[in-house]
Amino acid sequence: MRYDLFISGYGGQGVLLAGNLLSYGAIHEGKNVSFFPSYGVEKRGGAAMCTIVFSDGDTGSPVVGLPSVAIILNQLSWEKYASRVKQGGICLVNSSLVNMEDLVLDERELLAIPMNQISIDLGDVRMLNMVACGAYCEATGALAPESLKEALKNALPERNHRLIPANSKAIDAGVAAVSQLRKT
Amino acid sequence: MSRYEKKFVKGNEAVAMAAIEAGVECYFGYPITPQSDIPEYLSRELPKRGGTFIQAESEIGAINMVLGASAAGMRAMTSSSGPGISLKQEGISYMSGSELPCVIVDVMRQGPGLGGIDASQADYHQATKGGGHGGYRIIVLAPNSVQEMYDLTMLAFDLSDQYRIPAMVLADSVLGQMKESIVPNQRPVAELPIKDWAVRGTGGAVQNVVKSLYLGDGEMEKFHWKMHARYQELADRDSRWEEYQTADAELIVTAFGCTSRIARTAVDMARSEGFKVGLMRPVTLFPFPKKAYRELSAKCKRWLTIELSTGQMVDDVRLSVFRDADVDFYGRPPGAGSLPTPEELFARIKNNFKDLMI
Amino acid sequence: MKQVFAKPASLKDVQTHFCPGCHHGSFHRLVAEAMDRFGIAEQTIGCASVGCSVFLYAYFNIDVVESPHGRAPAVATGVKRARPDRIVFTYQGDGDLAAIGTSEIIHAANRGEKITVIFVNNTTYGMTGGQMAPTTMPGQITSTSPEGRNVDNDGKPFKMAELLSNLDGVAFSARVAVNNPKNVMQAKKAIKTAFRYQVENKGFAFIEALAACPTNWGMNPMAANERVGNEMIPYFPLGIFKNKENL
Repeated sequence: MRYDLFISGYGGQGVLLAGNLLSYGAIHEGKNVSFFPSYGVEKRGGAAMCTIVFSDGDTGSPVVGLPSVAIILNQLSWEKYASRVKQGGICLVNSSLVNMEDLVLDERELLAIPMNQISIDLGDVRMLNMVACGAYCEATGALAPESLKEALKNALPERNHRLIPANSKAIDAGVAAVSQLRKT
Repeated sequence: MSRYEKKFVKGNEAVAMAAIEAGVECYFGYPITPQSDIPEYLSRELPKRGGTFIQAESEIGAINMVLGASAAGMRAMTSSSGPGISLKQEGISYMSGSELPCVIVDVMRQGPGLGGIDASQADYHQATKGGGHGGYRIIVLAPNSVQEMYDLTMLAFDLSDQYRIPAMVLADSVLGQMKESIVPNQRPVAELPIKDWAVRGTGGAVQNVVKSLYLGDGEMEKFHWKMHARYQELADRDSRWEEYQTADAELIVTAFGCTSRIARTAVDMARSEGFKVGLMRPVTLFPFPKKAYRELSAKCKRWLTIELSTGQMVDDVRLSVFRDADVDFYGRPPGAGSLPTPEELFARIKNNFKDLMI
Repeated sequence: MKQVFAKPASLKDVQTHFCPGCHHGSFHRLVAEAMDRFGIAEQTIGCASVGCSVFLYAYFNIDVVESPHGRAPAVATGVKRARPDRIVFTYQGDGDLAAIGTSEIIHAANRGEKITVIFVNNTTYGMTGGQMAPTTMPGQITSTSPEGRNVDNDGKPFKMAELLSNLDGVAFSARVAVNNPKNVMQAKKAIKTAFRYQVENKGFAFIEALAACPTNWGMNPMAANERVGNEMIPYFPLGIFKNKENL
């Protein structure tokens, strides 16, 4: 299988860390991974995006036109990229910051998760990217949440390893949010 | 942890790791996006291993330091992008004229001028036709994965030493910035000539002079023919390319670098819908694998060249294939948001089958 | 019979291409004498520049690498860093060092590269046929300043020895001339010091050598020699501008 995923938000939302974490999670499961980041010229606050492709075989193109899955973290990304999600694909949206009224996504599963709110409830809004990663695991089944928790050791710098338990909880909260949504 | 264990790294880091594995002794550079990870990595790691790292006053300073270190017999390298590579052309010309080996890494960005930092392939001509004055060529290797950023950087050192021609690794900002798992391979064993031409200050009977000035009657002409023969030998022995699904192909897509990765997925899309499409990817851009193109074009007459420019490599493709082959071109000149998608390339592939579809 | 005069061993026994009355030959000799004095010719690597001084390898019995125009200090940096145990020097003209190569010389000096630089200032581009140099004197007529150097248009001549002496990386900086026996003796001493600094690993040493260019000045050798004393030295004073040993 070849999986692809597009993550978009603004600088500071942890887009690249989320991409790295999912990459390491996939490596943990023995996949080949291509992780392609792109961002605006500003060092802070500009647009931040990345594409991740993982596969048992060749990853092929690091560029994906119509992603199977997108994680949309802010309004601008919603307006620019949500409609690109492939038919039959999944769009995970941070409903804390995105007003989804203007756009109707046909033939795609829309999962609205208040990522900011969930991470604030867990004690730190900066963990919203972890909530997103957990949500991705549950929504797609492409990666096990346990692999991500293992991968935190690789994705986080040594000095932040004390934050692994809190981040693991945030991943679980993302998993729970999706399973809750799909029940209703 | 073994140093040869699998690692998840950026393309630029892979270049720096490979340089160290290849035994680079001197690195001279100047910061420019999107390749600054290379000097950053080497400034940390090279001095620890007894090597020299200098951030030069300019790209011109850097390439001339490479010239000096190479003339003294060392493995020396530099890296840069667009505007910086333009400044280095003077030094590259002198090194070519002095038959000095070195490795230059060009992580292409947009131009002309300041351009921008997104991926480009518009420096193909500059790299492969001799970007400076005097009618020389350099070895140009085009990786298309982080693994190849590593492997081809090591190869560049060996080929350059072997032929006494500067070697360039021609990458782009996608390859420089993307991360993939690589196996940091061990330096291959290569039989390399002894650098008995180097200036060493060892005095004695033989005076070694490294120079590009030839004033005697016929001297310079002789030099040109000598280098011409060497380029031919390089083409005969070290042209490299990769073919994918070409055996039964009715259309062959050809692209290099990051574009070849996008094209490969487009080829897979086409195959899954029953179109017989293959991919031909040159790994050496100089020497361009002309023979391989010619042989393929004996069987397959439809070609599609894809580049991040208005068309440069396509000239070499057209010169290489048989005359009755039809070469279509699809280009996206560099710029923010101009990377083609596999879906887009698939559409162009299908377009080439239009007359066959009822 | 007692031999009282001989060619330094570091020089080849060949005729130079320099014009009659040119001072390059004298400075070549003084550099060779310094090499002989320290017995370093066999460990020395010269970095030739572009201009009349390009033929270094034709006259010295040493290994030489030719540098692009102005880049000799960068090339020498590469050579010296690659082979720190060798003696490395550049030999550059004024167009080479003080115009196209200002960036390279200033940064090599500022890094305190442990090299010796011989900078020959003859106030003109010699090899290309007498164009205005960064060191051309105010009012001096050249092929590209037909009315004489206009300082309002072109600025004043660079005083490189003084300029570089201000950099912390520079250990020794002096200006010398060979227009009379007294100055030759002082030049010989200064050039020896500049090489001794490298032998003793003391840092960057710079010699500005005032030279006559009779051909491009349109003078006979005698008149050109006199011009060095009458016009150049008053503007470009001789002396030592930096000597780390005396600090």
